[in-house]
Amino acid sequence: MPEISYREAVRDALSRAMREDDDVFVMGEDIAEMGGSMGVTQGMLDEFGPERVRNTPISEMAIVGAGIGAAMQGMRPVVEIMYEDFLTLSLEQIVNQAAKHRYMSGGQLKVPVTIRTQGGAGWSPGAQHAQQLEAWLVHIPGLKVVFASTPEDVRGLLWSAIYDDNPVVFFEHRTLYGIKGEVPEEIEPIELGKARIHRQGEDVTVVATGRLVHEALAAAQEAEAQGVSVEVFDPRTLQPLDERALIDSVKKTNRCVVAHEAVVRGGYGAEIAAVVQHGAFDWLDAPVERVGAKFVPLPFAPVMEEFVVPHAADVLEAIYRTVGRTA
Amino acid sequence: MAKVEKKGAASEPLLREFFREMLLIRRFEEKVEERFRAGELPGFLHVAIGQEAVAVGVCRALDDGDVIMSTHRAHGHTLAKGTHPNELMAELYGKLEGCSHGYGGSMHLYDVEKGMLGANAVVGGGLPQITGTALAFKFRGEPRVALAFFGDGATNIGTFHEALNLAQLWQVPAVFVCENNWYAESTPHAQHSPVRSMSDRAVAFGMKAIKVDGQDVEDVYANTQRALDHARGGNGPVFLDVETYRLTGHYVGDPQVYRPKDELRELRETQDPIDKLRERIGLGDDELEELDREITEIVDGSVEFAKAGTDPKPEDALKNVYA
Repeated sequence: MPEISYREAVRDALSRAMREDDDVFVMGEDIAEMGGSMGVTQGMLDEFGPERVRNTPISEMAIVGAGIGAAMQGMRPVVEIMYEDFLTLSLEQIVNQAAKHRYMSGGQLKVPVTIRTQGGAGWSPGAQHAQQLEAWLVHIPGLKVVFASTPEDVRGLLWSAIYDDNPVVFFEHRTLYGIKGEVPEEIEPIELGKARIHRQGEDVTVVATGRLVHEALAAAQEAEAQGVSVEVFDPRTLQPLDERALIDSVKKTNRCVVAHEAVVRGGYGAEIAAVVQHGAFDWLDAPVERVGAKFVPLPFAPVMEEFVVPHAADVLEAIYRTVGRTA
Repeated sequence: MAKVEKKGAASEPLLREFFREMLLIRRFEEKVEERFRAGELPGFLHVAIGQEAVAVGVCRALDDGDVIMSTHRAHGHTLAKGTHPNELMAELYGKLEGCSHGYGGSMHLYDVEKGMLGANAVVGGGLPQITGTALAFKFRGEPRVALAFFGDGATNIGTFHEALNLAQLWQVPAVFVCENNWYAESTPHAQHSPVRSMSDRAVAFGMKAIKVDGQDVEDVYANTQRALDHARGGNGPVFLDVETYRLTGHYVGDPQVYRPKDELRELRETQDPIDKLRERIGLGDDELEELDREITEIVDGSVEFAKAGTDPKPEDALKNVYA
């Protein structure tokens, strides 16, 4: 199996879909000649031309709205929002329009638009270029929400998002673009709503998303050395959530830690904790532990940024709390 | 040499059809006000009394494949685009037979088969989607036009500027119909816009703008045809700057304390598009009475149809969230 980066995996899903299907096109700010702020669409302009790799003005409302309009005609646009902080500018179109056309029309319309975006701390972009806002979108009926953590997953999930008949908000994490992983020769679509267990374990289930999947895997390895067996569970699709797999995992391990880079308060982990306590109440041997950023905007100075967002050590501490140990 | 008809001019029989449709919208809206006051209609209702010539003049110029999106004041547009009064009234009553099957209501009317892609309760909310719809037509090389209705109030919101900018930049086949009725809900034009001529805003994007008398259905029809020809011909979008008058409140029950005392009375006397068209086509009292009787029957029939319609089951609320 070939090894490619997370960035190449995103590009591969987009390119293959565009080769096969005239209805797929991409648009966003600086995505053509420049290849996107993260280099995801580099080279695609040469292959597909400026109509289908479409540079846009800095107009998040119009970019998303135009994607919705084209999607309502049966096209499958992939809109790139350069930084997920800028999703806030397009939320009206995502929340009031994309999510609701099907419902308000009594089922007459479909809106198969994919809105890709990326964020995350690690490079000191500061408070307006690195937030993790995925929980906001999970709260909106009518949207699907994906957060992929590996090259294989990001490729298979993006393919499914493009071919899903609903609006999908697709989160990528900036620090993952360079990571490499093996992928199948041909794209294997990954069903939206199907979780992935990265590592089997017996004592604690760590439910992690995005960058924290990798932090959780590192924490699990350390815990293993201390005799604590950790299962790492990545929901991959935040909406719909693979509740069955989640509850089954916690019923097996009897303990649960949720870990994401977004702030803890009102984060996606709160939803996971609620689902777990309801579905596996009698199986839980410890309170569900939550790991996430401190409740502050992201600071600029690297030492402060590092302090605010969670790392493997924070996940490990939470794991130990659930088994009544100290590090 | 054969007489060449002026491009876009409406023939006498066509004007009579327009009259009939405008009168239908008027009587429909009056009935909606009546049934709302009787406590039969849930939700928020915004009627288009006074703006009938815009709905009919624009929609009658469209081809079947053309699509529209509308505003919270959408009954007239929806009827003019071809939705049956029964289906519209049933929607206002929240019935499954309604054009949005009871999921939308007055502010969210859809009739996709007829090319009505949605009324929008967010001011300016549909505009970027019209740009995107037109982009899809351009991508596919289809000779279709996407058309947005919105009011003067919408020209202050970001989606308006972003959508027009993008449409002009990409030269998509879209028409933006600004129904300038001089009020953003209750706020008079002078308090919400530093620019009196709405065309100025479109011109700022380099977009072709046409001034239209919204109380004169012939003018609306002719200029919409010009705009459609331009857009369909691959020459880019057009802005229709339609000056019109809302001869009623913003919503049903609006006391209109923000309006000068005599304004409404004067406008009703001088700017009623139905009176104007009647004069133009010389419709006699008997003819009008007969037509009115026929239309009243249709409107009364729509209320009967709606009331006899099927209530959704409460749990139907769980359907249609995802495709």
